[in-house]
Amino acid sequence: MEQILDVIIAKYNYWIYITLMMIGLFGVIAKNNLVKKIVGMSIFQTAIILFFVSMGMKRGATIPIVMHDHGAHGPIQAVDYINPLPHVLMLTAIVVAVSTLGVALALAVKVYKKYGTLEEDEILEQIRKS
Amino acid sequence: MTDHLPAFIVAVPLLTAFLVFALGWLRRELCFPVGLLGLGLAAWSCVGLLLEVLGSGPVTYRLGGWEAPWGIEYFVDTLNGMVLAAISVSAFIHWIWSAPAVKLQFQDRLGAIYGLQLLFVTGLLGMTITGDAFNLYVLLEIASITAYALIAMGEQRAALSSLNYVFMGTVGACFYLLGVGYLYIMTGTLNMADLARLLTGLHGSRAIQVAFVITMVGLWLKMAFFPLHGWLPNAYSHAPSPVSALIAPLMTKVMVYVMIRIDLYVFGPAYSFQKLGMDRAVVWLAVIAVIMGSIMALAQKNLKRMLTYVILVEVGYMVGGFWLGNRSGMTGAILHLLNDVFMTLGAFMAVGNLLYRLPGCSFGELRDVFSKMPFSMGALVATALSIVGVPPTCGFFSKWYLLLGALEAGQYGFLIALIFSSLISVVLFFRVFEGAFFRAQTHENAHHQPDHTMEEAPVQMVVPLLVVAAGLVALGIFSAEIVSTIVEPVIPPAFF
Amino acid sequence: MKLLGFLIVLITGAVLIWATGEFPDWGDPGSPASVHVSPRYIEKTLEETSVPNAVTSVLADYRGFDTMFETTVIFAAGISCFMLLRLFGKERPETLHYRHLLTGLTIRVRRRKQSPEQLEEFEPMDSLWTPHDLILRTLCRFLIPFIQLFALYVIAHGHHSPGGGFQGGVILGASLILLAISQDMQSALKRIPERTLAMLAALGVSVYAGTGALCLVMGSNFLDYAALAGLFRVDPVEARSLGIFLVEVGVGIAVMATMILIYHNLASEGRLDEGL
Repeated sequence: MEQILDVIIAKYNYWIYITLMMIGLFGVIAKNNLVKKIVGMSIFQTAIILFFVSMGMKRGATIPIVMHDHGAHGPIQAVDYINPLPHVLMLTAIVVAVSTLGVALALAVKVYKKYGTLEEDEILEQIRKS
Repeated sequence: MTDHLPAFIVAVPLLTAFLVFALGWLRRELCFPVGLLGLGLAAWSCVGLLLEVLGSGPVTYRLGGWEAPWGIEYFVDTLNGMVLAAISVSAFIHWIWSAPAVKLQFQDRLGAIYGLQLLFVTGLLGMTITGDAFNLYVLLEIASITAYALIAMGEQRAALSSLNYVFMGTVGACFYLLGVGYLYIMTGTLNMADLARLLTGLHGSRAIQVAFVITMVGLWLKMAFFPLHGWLPNAYSHAPSPVSALIAPLMTKVMVYVMIRIDLYVFGPAYSFQKLGMDRAVVWLAVIAVIMGSIMALAQKNLKRMLTYVILVEVGYMVGGFWLGNRSGMTGAILHLLNDVFMTLGAFMAVGNLLYRLPGCSFGELRDVFSKMPFSMGALVATALSIVGVPPTCGFFSKWYLLLGALEAGQYGFLIALIFSSLISVVLFFRVFEGAFFRAQTHENAHHQPDHTMEEAPVQMVVPLLVVAAGLVALGIFSAEIVSTIVEPVIPPAFF
Repeated sequence: MKLLGFLIVLITGAVLIWATGEFPDWGDPGSPASVHVSPRYIEKTLEETSVPNAVTSVLADYRGFDTMFETTVIFAAGISCFMLLRLFGKERPETLHYRHLLTGLTIRVRRRKQSPEQLEEFEPMDSLWTPHDLILRTLCRFLIPFIQLFALYVIAHGHHSPGGGFQGGVILGASLILLAISQDMQSALKRIPERTLAMLAALGVSVYAGTGALCLVMGSNFLDYAALAGLFRVDPVEARSLGIFLVEVGVGIAVMATMILIYHNLASEGRLDEGL
């Protein structure tokens, strides 16, 4: 029992991200409404961001801005600061996610203008008829 | 000067893209020549770099001056030197070719569409040249976002197909990113060479195994490998023809290149082929991809849509050939990658020429088109011969290596699929040409004089197409040299 | 489809969870991710780039090349939205609406009949426009300058605190989007016309890539800001810090312009009338 609890405490962050990601993936695959699919896609991307950010965490460390003002802190130790690299990578991924979201919404607007609906089955019905 | 060639390759089209977008608001008529200049410079640098690599071995370039695992590094050997040259040359040819059609269709948003085309090419070039796993993801997204937007400019169902592509493409790219994340959490680095070094000690790890699988699934989604191909036919066939002639030849091939790079140079041949033991399964998937693609192509009644299924077949060839896991198969896959860029380019350019004059390209609408547009159709015949695999066109040679590889590996399923799809493609193209040529004859017999006035597309669209068609023969003639100088050195010695 | 999707999701999730067993524990300071590459960024950032914020120095210098493309991604999204949605004078409706500027009264006019376009007190608008709340408008008018000031602070202070070009650019863009929401899109467009926005977006990304190219011209590698030392007359480490600031400003401009461009095109479906 103790062991299981230890595993849960040590790894629960990964499980949360996976759960979130699967919710998003399910939305993309199975939802009928195009905007809901777009929302699912966003959740999916956000989950990955969560994963990366959580791997940059170090216990007992602070944000990676080096204290330098008064010179009284001695040499800079990497263990005192969390890992900046995942944060940088995720800044990029966030921007990419926003851009994809923008383009996807623009496409959804275009689809809505053409078919007057955002339900995928109704659109496919219209295409079949024409 | 030549030290900085790798930086030029990406920076020049990138800056040109910004300039062209701004010029779209200021001096619209300058967009085309400026873009031409930018792509010309990029093509010149790519070819120069390839020659340099051929002369003196692989080149690395540190961006920002930081050494490898900390900064981002470019790594160029003959494999990506070849792909870079193919991308930039075909983009250059496409730029000249597409100008009349783009001007006709998108007069009011010229700067935007030209800028996006240049950004798309930049993304592909950057993906090919980079030696950093995360940098590849960013460039992949540039190429994808521009592709989504360009595809959605088509008529009819284009926006819906493109939105579908957005969902699939984003999931694919995110799987790749997740794979990179798994590699990063286990090794702590993002540089490909450094990853390869660190991964040799982690062969037994199941996290690495999962990283491998999800990276591959992500890349297969992006390259439309069976059964993850659902988005491709709609997206490419509804795209406007100037755009589909740019995206169709390049996107899937670059993804195949990325797969080869990741498998051979990040995970390493020992891991990808011996440790995991999934190569046989992948080859069987490729067999299904080739056969299903051929059958679905046979069911189409529209030339452009049929060609999109031909792309699926070609992806099956390359993935299958690569995963045969022997020297001949791999040679065939890499050579086919080069050939297929130009084959698909030629085919889609020919279709673009037809669509410039005709209302559509379903088989019924292609009647009598041989006499109307002899040059475009002639070039289409040449590309068709290459796709079927008739010597001396280049398609024959790569198919020959693939066949050899299948024989050596004892993968008779793949062998049969190759022969089957070649036969099917004979039927496919014969149907097209029969409709376009012979039916005109029967009309004549029935005293139904068709008008033989030529209605060829503008010279600017015909000459580049003929150049590509001639290039297919040239690539075939020089294929022995290409194999010995470019392809052979990059296949690891593990494959004898 | 639902069942198939559920199965796929279940299998993928199970595989991913199966792999997490080997991951280092959460917050483990000894995990490979924390000991291989990243310590150098923390320990050397001050000495090599004179930027105490390691995220900024990694973002704009060590991995500045990624960030250049990150800016390009958002620029590409901006042009994409513009290209997909923008309508140029097509599909104009039969009846036009005009607003009397002084009183805020709206009149509806049939096309080509007694159009008040000559009169300076009227401005064209769309039918969906509704009069706005006075409190909201006034409050937003007061808020916007402070938001913009804060945005400039975030861009400029990115070296020493969380912030930088992206964050500042987004805040700057948000202030103008707030203007478009609280007033209407026309008054936001009067401040920054569409053409200027497009130019600014292109300018911002060009500043970034141009800085890189400048380093190339100065005889160093692409984006190696140390090459700018001669130009700024400072030592190479200080030049890196200045180079980072230069590209952050470029990023800020590009992100601001692109965000507004995306909003304008999405909110008005490309007609750029009153929006929402």
